[in-house]
Amino acid sequence: MMKFERTLALRFLREGRMQTALIVGGTSIGVSLIIFITGVLTGVQADLISRTLGTQPHIVVRPPDEVNHPQFQEGYSPVVFATAQARAQRLRSIDQWQYLADELAALPEVVALTPTVSGPGFVLRGEVDKSITVVGIDPQPYSRVTKLDEKIVTGSLTLNPDDAIIGVELAKDLGVSVGDKIHLQTARSAGNAFKVRGVYDQGNREANRRFVYVNLRTGQAILDLAGGASSLDIAVKDIFAAATITAALRQHTDQKVESWEETNRELFTALSNQTIMTRIVRSFVAIIVAIGITSVLVVSVVQKQKEIGILRAIGASRGDILRVFLLQGAIIGIAGAVCGSMVGTGLMALGSRVLRAADGSALFQVHLSPGLYAGAMLVALVFGLLAATVPARRAASLDPARAIRV
Amino acid sequence: MMAPPIITLEGIRKTYNEGTPIAQEVLHGVSFTISEGEFTALIGPSGSGKSTLLNILGLLEPASSGSYHLNGQEVAQASEDQRTRARLSTLGFIFQFHHLLPAFTAVENVLMPGLMRDREYTPARRAEALALLEAVGLAHAASKKSTALSGGMQQRVAIARSLILTPKIVLADEPTGNLDTQTADDIFALLRRFNKERGTAFLIVTHDPRLAERCDRKIRLVDGVIAEDLHGSVP
Repeated sequence: MMKFERTLALRFLREGRMQTALIVGGTSIGVSLIIFITGVLTGVQADLISRTLGTQPHIVVRPPDEVNHPQFQEGYSPVVFATAQARAQRLRSIDQWQYLADELAALPEVVALTPTVSGPGFVLRGEVDKSITVVGIDPQPYSRVTKLDEKIVTGSLTLNPDDAIIGVELAKDLGVSVGDKIHLQTARSAGNAFKVRGVYDQGNREANRRFVYVNLRTGQAILDLAGGASSLDIAVKDIFAAATITAALRQHTDQKVESWEETNRELFTALSNQTIMTRIVRSFVAIIVAIGITSVLVVSVVQKQKEIGILRAIGASRGDILRVFLLQGAIIGIAGAVCGSMVGTGLMALGSRVLRAADGSALFQVHLSPGLYAGAMLVALVFGLLAATVPARRAASLDPARAIRV
Repeated sequence: MMAPPIITLEGIRKTYNEGTPIAQEVLHGVSFTISEGEFTALIGPSGSGKSTLLNILGLLEPASSGSYHLNGQEVAQASEDQRTRARLSTLGFIFQFHHLLPAFTAVENVLMPGLMRDREYTPARRAEALALLEAVGLAHAASKKSTALSGGMQQRVAIARSLILTPKIVLADEPTGNLDTQTADDIFALLRRFNKERGTAFLIVTHDPRLAERCDRKIRLVDGVIAEDLHGSVP
């Protein structure tokens, strides 16, 4: 297909070897930069998100805050209080949580759902007492939501009625390890002795000190929420759809629904801003590349005026000439994308070795998605074609009678 | 019996910068007919309108008024597309400065009009191109870059190119203009040979009275009008 156009486009590019090499080189650098920036950003963000969300559900459903309800009497205008003292929020269960859990679990976006109870408590061992958060969980579904099972470093995620799982920092503070006994106490229960069944590391020192996991029923008992659930923790398929799903759930229930974006607003804003900034940088790189291609082709049209005139005189149509130059733009774009993809991949591999996170581990994992390369290829092709439009039209509109006399 | 006409011009006028104060009419109603197989010289002093007339005949620029029948079709007011198609199917071109494509070899240059029409290199067309190169005595230079050829050789390649699609008529703009006498004679002889062997008509613009004398017909253009139209060549 397009043998004539292809033959001429390739020959013209080959004839202007130096120009072609330079512009393909320039395009490659641009594409590699785009690939590198996108790859690193995706990697770093994915890593950050998985580190953060590894310990958090994507969506949490909690009972609504308790508010003051002024009493109304018939015939009186509504009472307006000058000041109203907000009510203290006690630990409560979600009303009828089993029904709500069943309904939510049936939604197609929801991949896992688990009820939990959590509240303040103390852990005591000998002379030491530490303030902690007691979390009552059902280990299997809970792991599907937060991947706690992957974070167990010693022992196992088994929770019999008097078992507990604690974090590495707390274990260190208390000087305990798997098999040792600790004493858990809450404001509502004098507490019991628990056997440490497992020790987890969530990659966050504060979390490793704070959360003590117990069996759901045990948690309900010691937090005085018999049969209750203080929250429903949900994992969804697409974490970036969490906000939309959350909004939909709010329509559906009176309970308080929060997505991970809301819980981690700082992180989420930082990520979005980072994405916007990268998008701007990428757009500018693409525009610079396009301008480069345009200028090289404009020069080429001027240099090839006479040849274009001959071709037109011996029977090439305006369309033929237009396609010859558009094709040159496309070829430069594709060649640049192929070279750029290779260089960009190399840069990424290098970056993942050299760039380190605070804890010394690699800052990001290289995520080589075929979509990224396909995208780069498509963008380069489209920009190559767009960049060639002006020179191609100029070439096609050359007056052959004048061009051959140049 | 008269051979059928290929080109019929009637009252062709050409004005440059029409409708402006600097408008200038360079052709003032030119009429003539060229029949199949004719070997015609178009002569005249510089500025007489030869190049303009050749451009109009070659459909490279339109006439301001008058009618132009090419191979039985009125083309004076034809669209850009129709004119391009007519150039490819009916006309061959030879330019003064050879005008080969420097990025291509001799045989590729000869094949170029074929590639435009067929949209691919066909074996038959390639064989035809090689035969033409052989006919112009350049079989050995077929795969040489056109820039590596001498002026005379380049012009012979251009002749081969003008004939590849077996046009009815070849328009030649001073084909021997910048060649030495011996080479010019060779080139002229070649054109003559193709005219005899293949029946292709030639319209040759030339300054060289010696060559013009050897054509079957001489059309002399002076100040945009035909001053003389003589049939019969000096043997």
